[in-house]
Amino acid sequence: MVEIESKSDASAREIAAQHRDRVGGVLIALRQIVRRFGYVSRTQEHDVAEVFNLSRAEVRGIVSFYHDLKTKPQPSVQVRVCQAEACQSVGARELTKRVETHLGVKLGEATDAVSLDAVYCLGLCAQAPSMMINGRPLARADLCDLAEQIPA
Amino acid sequence: MTTAFVPLDTAAVAAGADAVAAAVADTGAAMVRNGSRGMCWAEPTMEVEHDGARLAFGNVAATDVPGIVQQQERHAKCLGEVSEIDYLHRQTRAVFDRAGTSHPLELPKTTVLEECLERDAGSLIAEIETSGLRGRGGAGFPAHIKWRTVFDTPGEQKYIVCNADEGDSGTFADRILMEGDPYRLIEGMTIAGLATGATKGYVYLRSEYPIAADIFQAALGNAYADDLLGTDILGSGKAFDVELFIGAGAYICGEETSLLESLEGKRGEIRVKPPVPAISGLFGAPTLVHNVISFAAVPAIMKHSGAWYADMGVGRSTGTMAFQLAGNVQRGGLIEVPFGITIDEIVNGFGGGTRSGRPIRTVQIGGPLGAYLSHDEFDTPLTYEAIAELGAGIGHGGIVVFDDTVDLARQAHYAFEFCEVESCGKCMPCRLGSVRGKETMSGIIEGRDVEQKLTIIEDLCEVMETASLCQMGGMTPIPVMSAIKRFPEDFRR
Repeated sequence: MVEIESKSDASAREIAAQHRDRVGGVLIALRQIVRRFGYVSRTQEHDVAEVFNLSRAEVRGIVSFYHDLKTKPQPSVQVRVCQAEACQSVGARELTKRVETHLGVKLGEATDAVSLDAVYCLGLCAQAPSMMINGRPLARADLCDLAEQIPA
Repeated sequence: MTTAFVPLDTAAVAAGADAVAAAVADTGAAMVRNGSRGMCWAEPTMEVEHDGARLAFGNVAATDVPGIVQQQERHAKCLGEVSEIDYLHRQTRAVFDRAGTSHPLELPKTTVLEECLERDAGSLIAEIETSGLRGRGGAGFPAHIKWRTVFDTPGEQKYIVCNADEGDSGTFADRILMEGDPYRLIEGMTIAGLATGATKGYVYLRSEYPIAADIFQAALGNAYADDLLGTDILGSGKAFDVELFIGAGAYICGEETSLLESLEGKRGEIRVKPPVPAISGLFGAPTLVHNVISFAAVPAIMKHSGAWYADMGVGRSTGTMAFQLAGNVQRGGLIEVPFGITIDEIVNGFGGGTRSGRPIRTVQIGGPLGAYLSHDEFDTPLTYEAIAELGAGIGHGGIVVFDDTVDLARQAHYAFEFCEVESCGKCMPCRLGSVRGKETMSGIIEGRDVEQKLTIIEDLCEVMETASLCQMGGMTPIPVMSAIKRFPEDFRR
């Protein structure tokens, strides 16, 4: 998909302006933009940079650092499977393979419909393996739980 | 009057507590959504209070609810009277005594804050010194030294920063505290503010904990409304503010200097220490940075006394530690006990062995940068000193159990892989060492030039350990080398 670049995004500017004087305002604003639009576009990066009087490179540096600050539109279904040790100890690697097959997408990749990402710990380590479907945590997760919500 | 309790904490909700709550609502019974008591293995739990007795039920499904309401203690899923449940009864809840007892936003009847507001800074710091409290985030640094340094360092604006970026696999104590007893953390930070002269506090919470964020944000609102925070705390004329800041997905932001950079809105790249944050922290101001559990221990210390706290534990490992038992284990959860309990008592005594029923092969203590230990070390008492003697660390108190199907070479590979994903990239040993380590470990797993590659790994680990700027690169060698040392057969096939 080719992103059509407009010169400025008024709503991104508005979000940035709201948080301009807060501690950590740039990061708060970028999080809000992702929350609202699913990702931060190049145009929005530029807007945030201007509002905070930063260079575009500085804002790009921040965006590229954090896993949550996506730079592409996100599909409506987002699945994250925990890859950390406690989940590994009860079969997270095998679960991940089954989820990949079910969704038809590899870990770290996305289609127009669904994304599958690694997450390193959801704090559900005593009820592993765990995953998150559209922001909802799932403990002692198996493929049935996922298939119930997202048919193949 | 009968009241049902169904937790709203992440561990319960992720296991289906909302459906249980809906079923309880259908019966018309009075219901409280409480926090979690930390018996994660039994979630979703449900409690029924009737005539002063409070019964607990474990692994409750929505379909169980009508039966539980009717049959009470005769129901198959009844765990007994809450106060008599072995798993809880054997613990010493100094920090988590309120967690799980009521709705997290219900204001506690008493607060130790009132008496702390009347005490001078020196006496508050002295109380912490007497308690022997050490940082619960991982490093175990004596808390009072940080407090005194912030107090002594001149600065117009000083800060209290709470590290709630609980990223270690196998840990969830911060989350349970914030979702079950958020006022405890607010109290602890406020007391730290009174003692150090800081008037602004920030809680840096990871974005993977959305439920904790909602509960804590609501608790802040209540605390302000009740004058527990603000410009005139409980009419004392003293001020303290707390703000919640949500991270954006970066393990490294659990490192305190990286956290401060992130809180300033920048890339979470670590800073070179010294200067330590207590001298030059947030925006260069004196800043007290502690983990959630360190702050949460403060109200208990002030309420009972530093000497009371120091009486628990062993040697310089005073007080209680909130261990978190996880992984392949039957009864994983939060276990708050005095230091000195053995690994075996936690893993087998509380945990009941593996969930798979197979023999335990190893436990990893202290998160992804922690050591893999072997079975013959399970008699070691859990104290900072005894665990350090094994070349390991208690870290944030996470203990992850693995059965005999674990392949330690793959775990060592994962340690490098995790470092590669989460390295902030500032220093080369960590940024490149992790990639090179992962590649080399892949070769070992494939059985190519194993001896030569193990030598490379050893050299690489030495460089990472000694030349990395922070513990991310500096401690990644710990899981790797501990696995190679204790389980060489997994690397040489």
